[in-house]
Order: sequence, then C-alpha cells, then structure tokens
Amino acid sequence: MATTVTAPSPSVPSTPLLKDELDIVIPTIRNLDFLEMWRPFFQPYHLIIVQDGDPAKTIKVPEGFDYELYNRNDINRILGPKASCISFKDSACRCFGYMVSKKKYVFTIDDDCFVAKDPSGKDINALEQHIKNLLSPSTPFFFNTLYDPYREGADFVRGYPFSLREGAKTAVSHGLWLNIPDYDAPTQMVKPRERNTRYVDAVMTVPKGTLFPMCGMNLAFDRELIGPAMYFGLMGDGQPIGRYDDMWAGWCMKVICDHLSLGVKTGLPYLWHSKASNPFVNLKKEYKGIFWQEDIIPFFQNATIPKECDTVQKCYIALSEQVREKLGKIDPYFVKLADAMVTWIEAWDELNPSAAAVENGKA
Amino acid sequence: MSLEIQDSEFDIVIAALQPNLTTFFEAWRPFFSRFHIIVVKDPDLDEELQIPTGFDVKVYTKSDMGVLGDTSINFSGHSCRYFGYLVSRKKYVISIDDNCLPAKDNGGLIVDAVSQHMSNLKTPATPFFFNTLYDPFRKGADFVRGYPFSLREGVECMLSCGLWLHNADYDPMTHVVKRNQRNTTYVDAVMTVPLGAMMPVSGINVAFNREVLGPVMFPGLRLRKDGKHRWDTLEDIWNGLCAKVVCDRLGYGVKTGLPYVIRSDVEAGQALESLKEWEGVKVMDDVLPFFQSVKLSTTATTVEDCVKELASIVKEKLGPQNAIFARAADAMEEWTKLWESHGAQSS
Repeated sequence: MATTVTAPSPSVPSTPLLKDELDIVIPTIRNLDFLEMWRPFFQPYHLIIVQDGDPAKTIKVPEGFDYELYNRNDINRILGPKASCISFKDSACRCFGYMVSKKKYVFTIDDDCFVAKDPSGKDINALEQHIKNLLSPSTPFFFNTLYDPYREGADFVRGYPFSLREGAKTAVSHGLWLNIPDYDAPTQMVKPRERNTRYVDAVMTVPKGTLFPMCGMNLAFDRELIGPAMYFGLMGDGQPIGRYDDMWAGWCMKVICDHLSLGVKTGLPYLWHSKASNPFVNLKKEYKGIFWQEDIIPFFQNATIPKECDTVQKCYIALSEQVREKLGKIDPYFVKLADAMVTWIEAWDELNPSAAAVENGKA
Repeated sequence: MSLEIQDSEFDIVIAALQPNLTTFFEAWRPFFSRFHIIVVKDPDLDEELQIPTGFDVKVYTKSDMGVLGDTSINFSGHSCRYFGYLVSRKKYVISIDDNCLPAKDNGGLIVDAVSQHMSNLKTPATPFFFNTLYDPFRKGADFVRGYPFSLREGVECMLSCGLWLHNADYDPMTHVVKRNQRNTTYVDAVMTVPLGAMMPVSGINVAFNREVLGPVMFPGLRLRKDGKHRWDTLEDIWNGLCAKVVCDRLGYGVKTGLPYVIRSDVEAGQALESLKEWEGVKVMDDVLPFFQSVKLSTTATTVEDCVKELASIVKEKLGPQNAIFARAADAMEEWTKLWESHGAQSS
C-alpha cells in the first residue's frame, strides 16, 4: 500500500531525466524542423533518426542535438538480408531504431507532432510524463476507478485488493493527441473538420485481456522489458497494406504483456498533432486492413502463448507461428509477415546479444 | 444509435442515512425536480426526515419494508437503497449518496449528474475493444484508427458508474493514512469497462437499467461490522462484481467515469475507529480471483438465471472459505425471490 509522510507542504518528487537511459526514435522522410519546438525537452537526449525514403536525400538535423541517423543504405548494410523485415516508404521503419538503440527506454514520436498545452496553458513535457508512467507500476489485474493510483493526489479505491496494490511493471506508455485525431480514412472523410479538443486528465492501465489500437505517434516503452515485441510489421512499398504498423505491434505487444504480467498504460501525455494526412491516400493504404482487422482482432483475442515461453522473444516466435497458421489462411501476406516476425527476432538478437542470453520480460 | 429515454422512465433513489436532507435536496433541486424520487429511510434512523417541498417524493420507512414479509436481507445502513430499487416501477434508476452534492466541471459549470447518467445509459457501450479516445459516442470524439468496424455498434449500457471529487471513496486504511488527501482531478471522460475486466463499483453515484439489471442489483455481501460509513461496507463492490460478470455473459455494457459528484468529508477522521474490525482487507483478496475466473453457463440467458447460477457457485466455492460468502449467496437467492414477487413490474 502506498504510504506518504505528510509534511506541511508536501513537495512533488521530481521525475528523473534518464538522459543516459532513454533514446528518442524518430522516423522521417521530410525534415526535422519540428524538433525546434521540442528542444527544451529533447536536447538532453540521444536521438536515433530513421530516414525513410530516398537515402540520397540529406535530412538536416537541427544544431545542438546528439544523434545517429540511419537511411536505407545503412539499414541494408547493418542487417544484410535481414533488412527485408524493415519496411520501406512507411513510418514502420522506425522499429529499426528500437533495434539499434542501446538504451533501456525508447520514446518515439512522429515528425508532425508538437508540444501541446495543458488546460492551464502550460507547455506539456510529454517525455517527462512518459517517464513517470514507465517508472511507476501498472494495475492490469483490476481496474482502478480513479485511474492511475500512483499519481499524485490519487490512490486505490475502496474494494481494491491489497494484494494487488504493488502493481505490475510498466512496459509501455501510450500517449494521446490533441488537434488532429488519429482516425482511420473513412472517419477522416466523414468528419474532416473534427478536432480533438478534450484534455482527459488521466493515465490508466489497459486491463489484462483487453486489446486496444496502439498509435505510434506518441509512444514510450521499456526496451529491456518488451523491445522485441515492438516490431512494426511489413508496410508500405511492395506491401498490400499501410497504416497498420503500430496497430500490429500493439496487438502483439499486448498479448505478450498479458502473458508476462507486464502493464500497459494509456492516456497522458498529450501532444499536438498538426498534420492530417490525405484521407484518399490513407484509404488506399488502409483498405485491406479494414477488412483484415475483422479477423485479426479475434485472432489476437483468442491467441494464447504457451506457458513455457518466458522471454519476449520466445513469446513472439510462438505468436508468429500462430500468425502463419491461422492468419495465413486469409492472405499470403500473413505468411510473409510471420516470416518477417522471425527475421526481426533473429536480427534483434544479433544486434542485442546480451539481452538474448538473459530472460527478460519476467515480472 | 442512441436510445430515446424519457424523464418519466427514471426514478431517483436516495438512501437517507441522515435525517436532515434539506441541503442535499436544495442543491440538487435544478436537476432532481423533474423526476419522481424515492427516499428510503435507514431503518435504524429514528429521527424524522426533513425534506424540502417542491419535489415529487415518496418516502419509504422501516414499516414499509414490512411488505416484504420475513426476509433474511438486511436493509439497514447503505443497504436501504436497495429497497428503493425493489419498489421503483421505472425502467431506470439513479442513486446518489445523501452526503454528495453537484460538482463543478473544469469550466466551473455545475454538473448535471442526472443528465450525464442518462446520456451514459442512452448511448452504446463498447466492451469488446478499448477505444483510446474513450467514449466514441461523445461529441467531438469517435472510434480511432484500428478499431474494427464490426464492433462499432456497441451494446446497450446497463450500468453507469460515476465518480466523486473531494472525499474520494477509499477504504478506511487509506482514509487514515492519507487523511488530508482530496480528489481534485476532474477527468473529463466516460469509458466502457472492457469485457472480462473487473472493477470496484462504488454505490455512491450510480445509475442502471432496472428493468434488465434489477435482479442483480442486490445487497449481497455484508461485513460483520457493516456500518453507516461507506468504508464499513463492501455491498456495492460485491454487487458491481456480480453485475459485471452477468453483463459480460449477456453482452451488456458497463461504463465508468463521468459524472462526478462532490462528496463531503464530514465523516473524515472517523475511519480510525473502523480499522480494528475491518475485514474488507482479507475479503477482497478472496473475492477478486473468484470473480475473475467464474464462468456462467451458456444456458443462463437472463439476468435472473445468471444470478441463480452465480449464487450457487458462490455458495459452493466461496461459502466454505468464510461465512459471509455463504450469507451473500443466500442473500442473492433471497433477492431473486423478492424481485420476482415485488420488484419485477415496471409501469
């Protein structure tokens, strides 16, 4: 049970910066101008830029940032034939950044996302909130009606079992977006002017057994706990589908987190999503996904991982086999995807050798 | 997509645990005055109730409870409101504790908790997949990318669980340790509790479809030292867990979040007395694993069937562990009888 010593004016403990333990992974095909607005919050951190599209193009990184940048040539050089698992012409390529990172935590953000303001008008330090989310436990086993009980000013409500109040380790922190909401193409077309103006002041744990659509625009995770499950799939060029990269990772990740008793949080922080992509282009990309997800969701809802799978990698390989067997019947794409999932794990273990030897992800 | 719900389909049920309800009713007047109100007086309360005029109120007291005949169900304390559920003849019920007043939202506007509950019950719930923008039927929101279209119709919401600012609904331990803490965060969201997820339903601020859910809205679990303070009870928690299991089985939805009410802390500091005897600590550790694993049979197709089945499973699995569970199972069975004879009709 959380206990506090009540001082006359309780001070809020400051969130650690984690500047040597966290990488910021940014996929980009255009430019990184958006970083200027984030400078006060991002400058202490190491950036991993994954440049999508034409490798001959030079992406200028604003002065003063510590970064490494990978274009397609780099990805091919580093992974060799295994580079086939990394998407091209889709922000899914960002997961290459997860693989090469050497840090415990990753924060990923889209290049059209800016600093939002909270209702009091103050700039939101999204990264700080993600860190708070990751460093405090989750509560996947019973829903706390006052949301995150570890937040300042909150607690577990009456009826919450004491044996569950230590919570579970938090593997993922899923943030949200003000302004342009993350809608699919059909909804975008029907509601082109809708903007998300509602600031919901809560962080909550997604209950065990519950799936959700994970958006990669504003996402942080504990790479050591769940990294190998954050594969963003085969999207974009040469693939029949796009804009389902983060969805795919989210479904795989959640099934594995549930299996390993790890927590996933959603809610704060908000950032400001400025750009609405072209809905007609989006529809072409999403089209197959809209139909396939009707089968994919039940697949994940019913997926079980064998008890002996005690590492993320083992869980992921087990999942890939089920993808091949069950979803492969819907479309040969899923057989390719299952292969890519295996390739991803092989590549991950190659680039992260010590992690492969250790049982990770165990609560 | 939304249901058409009339004011005349609602009853407001208030359990009177204190005699002077003047402040309460005056504060709620703008929001209560157009509804029929059932006030159930705690049978242990001796003083006369003071209720201001101008409301369509019917008061039920201990003597009215005599109509049930000899019943094992104890309607004292916070459990007295359930008598109100029995005698109501409306399709929907909203129930708020008598120490709660209307809250103000983040914009400083007074919240019409009644309308918000109505809205929650009118619009579908979405238990099969979690929408990250919360209630997709709220103005200015929708289902996000990746939400399957076949799941966007949702299901009917049968239970709406509201929240509380200021004096939050904590157990006595937390009240004592965090005696100065007040809930000041107004979270502007309603969301569906996902299928299979369990949560502690607080009776302080709830609304439900009485016609459908009535048979499962009972005072089942009674702690040995059940008292007049919310922290001395778990009856609503037990009720909520049963209701959730039944809703999950029958494809109904449960929402949580808005509306907020503001709960007075007139009882604050008294939780210390409850600590010594509070068996709620141990009880919930047994209760939750049970509810998480209970499976109702596919032949249970009505709420009544589900409750009967659940009662017998409780008796069999939990009863041996603690007498209060055996008594809860009895209360559940008794309630289905009472519901059949006294509760079922709607006008």
